[in-house]
Amino acid sequence: MEKFAPVTRSEDGQPVRYLIVDDSVFARKNLARMVETFGGQVIGEAGDGISAISEYERLTPDIVLMDITMPQMEGIEAAEKIVRDHPGARIVMVSSVGYQENIVAALQRGARHFVQKPVKPEVLYEVIKYVMRDEGTAAQGAGA
Amino acid sequence: MRMDLIQPFINSADAVLAQGLNSPIAIENLTMEEEAYRRRGIAAEVCLTGEVEGRIIFDVDIQAALELASRLAGIAVSETDEELVREAVCELANQIIGNAVTTLNDQGFHFHVRPPVFHTSDQGSRSSEDTEAVVMAFNTSSGSVFMNVALRYQRQPAAQRSAVG
Repeated sequence: MEKFAPVTRSEDGQPVRYLIVDDSVFARKNLARMVETFGGQVIGEAGDGISAISEYERLTPDIVLMDITMPQMEGIEAAEKIVRDHPGARIVMVSSVGYQENIVAALQRGARHFVQKPVKPEVLYEVIKYVMRDEGTAAQGAGA
Repeated sequence: MRMDLIQPFINSADAVLAQGLNSPIAIENLTMEEEAYRRRGIAAEVCLTGEVEGRIIFDVDIQAALELASRLAGIAVSETDEELVREAVCELANQIIGNAVTTLNDQGFHFHVRPPVFHTSDQGSRSSEDTEAVVMAFNTSSGSVFMNVALRYQRQPAAQRSAVG
């Protein structure tokens, strides 16, 4: 897999810490491999929206990569609940279902960006750089 | 079945499989299903609900499934890694069907996609008068990939049905 210049936290230069949320173990491992090539560190994984919320509370990651279609609680609802309690949370939705209504709903509920599966590493890398660039900056586009 | 409903599945399978295998894909066959579905390899099923409801079975030859899993995982995957191969097939189904549904939603068809489930039965239900099934066969460099698409038209949009009851 291609190597990228590391993306680090601006405040201390440490690796970006990720929480990866997807009901597919395979997809989680694939995303984990990808973010490691960006110099990131995966500090947690979750398989549904409910676990995502509790893992966010426990780990306070720098970025959450969140699937949409999941059992128990879908990703958009989980993103909304996380952002309601943690307005600075940086959530990037990563889903194969990227129609307009879904993207708009995700961004309106607090997600910073949207990446459609299958994920191209170079696309995710640019989104991560964008989301980490300015703390608290809302997403200005989707689909990258 | 209307071709405008089927075409996004063909385009999506073509794009996702070509990217996954890093080689071109050819559609080998497109037929109306005449007999009950019979599983050929490793299969995942995705259910759709909304204005058009139904299910899609994504079925991959063992050899093609191993190749796809290896490429997507970035490691050599063998038949003994059953769980990993199943996961890979489910994720591919999710990507292909999700991309097709995205196109259809943007064209005005409203669906909701359920998460993929591993399909273990050797057989499935047969087409019926209101649920037509189309079987698509794709030829890849690693083997054949099949999609069995069975969709049923609802008489009225989901929003109206839920308002009624």
